[in-house]
Amino acid sequence: MKQSITLNKITQLMGFGFLKPITALFTGKPQKEDIVNFLKKIIVPLLSILLFLGVWQGGSKALFNKEANFKIEKALADQGQAAADEIRACIASGEISCQPNTLPSPSQVWTSFKTLLEDHKVISADKLAFKEKTAVMNEKRIAAGKEPITYTGRPSFVDQIFTSLKTVFAGFLLALVIAVPIGVVIGLSTTLRSSFNWLIQIFKPVSPVVWLLLVFMIVKTLTKDSNSDSAFIISFISVGLCSMWATLVNTAMGVSSVDKDYINVAKVLKLGPMQKVFKVILPSSLPLIFTGLRITLSVAWMVLIAIELLAQSPGLGSFVWEEFQNGAIDSNSKIIVAMFIIGIIGFLLDRIMLTIQNMVSFNKNEGV
Amino acid sequence: MAYLELKNVCKTYEDASGGTKVLSNINLTIEEGEFVAIVGFTGSGKTTLVNLINGLIKPTSGEVLFKGEPVTDTSHERGVIFQNYSLLPWLTVGQNVYMAVKEAFPKESKEKLQAIVKDYVAMVSLSPAINKRPKELSGGMRQRVAVARALAMNPEMIIMDEPLGALDALTRGNLQDEILNIWSKDKRTALLITNDVDEGIYMADRIIPLKPGPNATLGPEFIIDIERPRDKTSLNDNETYKKNRNAIIEYLMDIGNERKSVSNETYELPEISPKSFVA
Ligand SMILES: Nc1ncnc2c1ncn2[C@@H]1O[C@H](COP(=O)(O)OP(=O)(O)OP(=O)(O)O)[C@@H](O)[C@H]1O
Ligand SMILES: [Mg+2]
Repeated sequence: MKQSITLNKITQLMGFGFLKPITALFTGKPQKEDIVNFLKKIIVPLLSILLFLGVWQGGSKALFNKEANFKIEKALADQGQAAADEIRACIASGEISCQPNTLPSPSQVWTSFKTLLEDHKVISADKLAFKEKTAVMNEKRIAAGKEPITYTGRPSFVDQIFTSLKTVFAGFLLALVIAVPIGVVIGLSTTLRSSFNWLIQIFKPVSPVVWLLLVFMIVKTLTKDSNSDSAFIISFISVGLCSMWATLVNTAMGVSSVDKDYINVAKVLKLGPMQKVFKVILPSSLPLIFTGLRITLSVAWMVLIAIELLAQSPGLGSFVWEEFQNGAIDSNSKIIVAMFIIGIIGFLLDRIMLTIQNMVSFNKNEGV
Repeated sequence: MAYLELKNVCKTYEDASGGTKVLSNINLTIEEGEFVAIVGFTGSGKTTLVNLINGLIKPTSGEVLFKGEPVTDTSHERGVIFQNYSLLPWLTVGQNVYMAVKEAFPKESKEKLQAIVKDYVAMVSLSPAINKRPKELSGGMRQRVAVARALAMNPEMIIMDEPLGALDALTRGNLQDEILNIWSKDKRTALLITNDVDEGIYMADRIIPLKPGPNATLGPEFIIDIERPRDKTSLNDNETYKKNRNAIIEYLMDIGNERKSVSNETYELPEISPKSFVA
């Protein structure tokens, strides 16, 4: 019983309340409502997934046929009946070289997903072998004060995911470090708030592309004489700058709208200015600050893909772009795989932030 | 020199439509060691009066003098129990009290402060809940935390804004005794806002009604000349008690009726006839 309570509490806190019917089914005697709940919350969503896959399958089939007919007709017009028949036979046989290039079907995407994982295994093995091979040599090189040799082969899809995550976290941290302190300062002073408001209002809606170009101009010059990884620096700074505004605005709002009762307590206890900020104002604005941070993280993840794509810095964005330009037969399905991965990671990041947000927030009336 | 003195104090809350005059011409003198209770109707400006005395707001005109000095800011000498508890929801019961004690005795060691916190939390019988957050407490428990927080700071003057309103009769009685105990121990001064005449008579030396606002003023004072320590059970038969209780209630009822009759607005009633569900 106790177990199921904590389990429920955790799923609730994580925002995975929809899992409750399952935990209810397995952690005790199922009641009639549990079964109805199970149907409502599990079966219906499953049906919706099936429906989605069905529509997708049908749509991709229709597109496939359209593209195939077009190909055959083109061959007929250009080269005559024999060529058209040949292409028709080729398409029907499933030969890779003559497949029409269009929206891939769910099963093709699933195959590509497995291919990408296989590919990752191969590359990881490759990397490991390379590392073993160069281990002795690298030690000598380091001892001699030279740069060690690093693996420069193609990164796998999974590597790309981790690169993207690294970039997004760097950008998120940058946003946090800039936006929270500034937000607090602005929130504390009405004068500062009104004098900085125009700046926030103007920069908030600027598109990620423009931020990227701006950061590019500056970082390019700054890193002229160092050989550091400027693509990474450019993309994480751009991500941070694009996404920090939500946190800035929310922090300022939280700090400036602290409940009057709490301020009265601070006055009656005669807290010093620092104490007042750290013990009363900041804790009471934490819920809003975390709301801002949650928005910031999801914006960061969203713009990251576009920025990587433009900045040619490694990651999921450039993976998508390379596959698109590559034009191989399974490129389209790899792009769709990336789409799902991007969506799922975005969803998970949001859940993590939601959990933290729920942990720090309190009801306004709780102390009153 | 009086300990606390309010001279012709008026308070108007400014707003867009010119402002509401809540208090007018409040004159009040409290001597050191006295226990004064103020009774009044809801919305008459009792909290406003309390905030003027503790220094959270400033009078529009007139003066508030504490030990002869004008009150310009809050002070540790005047402890406040807020009507709406005002606990910090992100701190536990113990931490809420600790925060106050730490400010009141900045030089004491941590262990000493913890001990004080423990004592006062035990005094309001909340020891089992010392590590709980306000959201896990009932309204009455929160009110007791607010009492513990104010008293733990050991203020010279205790200002209480309906501190026991949300409590049941038994707990209320116990806390009344605790407050009286603390008040009499070092001859402190106390100002109690209450809407319970019996509570006022049991605890105070003087009871002063606050007339209903706007433009609320203080009414005539009633001196409760009963030996301390007072005994609740025998109080009911005490002649002074009965006399004062009746006088105060009569007075309050009179001003209550007056307030009703002052309103000479006439309301046009809509013509309504009962609807027939049969037809
Ligand atoms: N900050 C404020 N701004 C404007 N008007 C206020 C403010 N605080 C109180 N008032 C008004 O002053 C009047 C008296 O309020 P106050 O809170 O002092 O009443 P009270 O006697 O404490 O009532 P209760 O018994 O319900 O606590 C009310 O009409 C209220 O609307
Ligand atoms: Mg009040």
